[in-house]
Amino acid sequence: MNRMNPHAMNRRLLLTAALGIGAGVVARPAFATADELQAAIATFAGGAPVRAGRVNLAVAPLVENGNSVPVTLTVQSPMTAADHVKAIAVFNERNPQREVVVFRLGPRAGRAVVATRIRLATSQQLVAVAQMSDGTFWSHTVDVIVTLAACVEA
Amino acid sequence: MARALITMPRTAKRGDVIEIRTLIAHPMETGYRPGEDGRVRPRDIIRRFSCHYDDGGGIDELVFSAELFPAIAANPLISFSTVATASGTLRFMWEGDNGFAQTERVSISVTA
Repeated sequence: MNRMNPHAMNRRLLLTAALGIGAGVVARPAFATADELQAAIATFAGGAPVRAGRVNLAVAPLVENGNSVPVTLTVQSPMTAADHVKAIAVFNERNPQREVVVFRLGPRAGRAVVATRIRLATSQQLVAVAQMSDGTFWSHTVDVIVTLAACVEA
Repeated sequence: MARALITMPRTAKRGDVIEIRTLIAHPMETGYRPGEDGRVRPRDIIRRFSCHYDDGGGIDELVFSAELFPAIAANPLISFSTVATASGTLRFMWEGDNGFAQTERVSISVTA
């Protein structure tokens, strides 16, 4: 029995190690992209705190074609010279690149509503971040399910 | 010259917020997609869009701009708004990879 113990221990170690590696492989990409997303947002905000609210990212929750997904961004702002939206940026979680678009506005825009069409490689999170003239940053996070992904074909 | 489509009112009252929709024919090749030979196709996107409002009286102001990334769909559509301040010309510019540059002008007449 004494001679068997080391082997048993080895097998147990090996199993634990294998499980650990497996878990690592599965979990790492998810953590990596979430980290990258937060890093991209932090870069845009220049380290300033980003709070939830004031900005709205309108997108269909279930997307059939990821090649062209209409999105509308709306920010609650009077858009005056003293109080306006300076920029609205959109970030994604699982496309090859975190950045999607950055819109730059000013009081001359009159209304803080912009729309475009984007690509989504897979089901993921989208984050809109608005920069106000007073230096504050506001965000809105949306989960989107994509049935036909972009970038695979055509 | 790529085909560009700009939808906006040609007349407005001073102070009105007008909606502008722009669409331009462009593949927006992402640089992540393999071609038929299996090799990744080089990136070819529009990187920047801008709109200037020239009021005809010497003031030419940037009213809106956007930085585009490969996640923008082919034939980029951008919809935004601006305040009609005076009769003049709106200048739309798209700039991108491989020296892509296009400018379109639309005039607007503004009544008091």
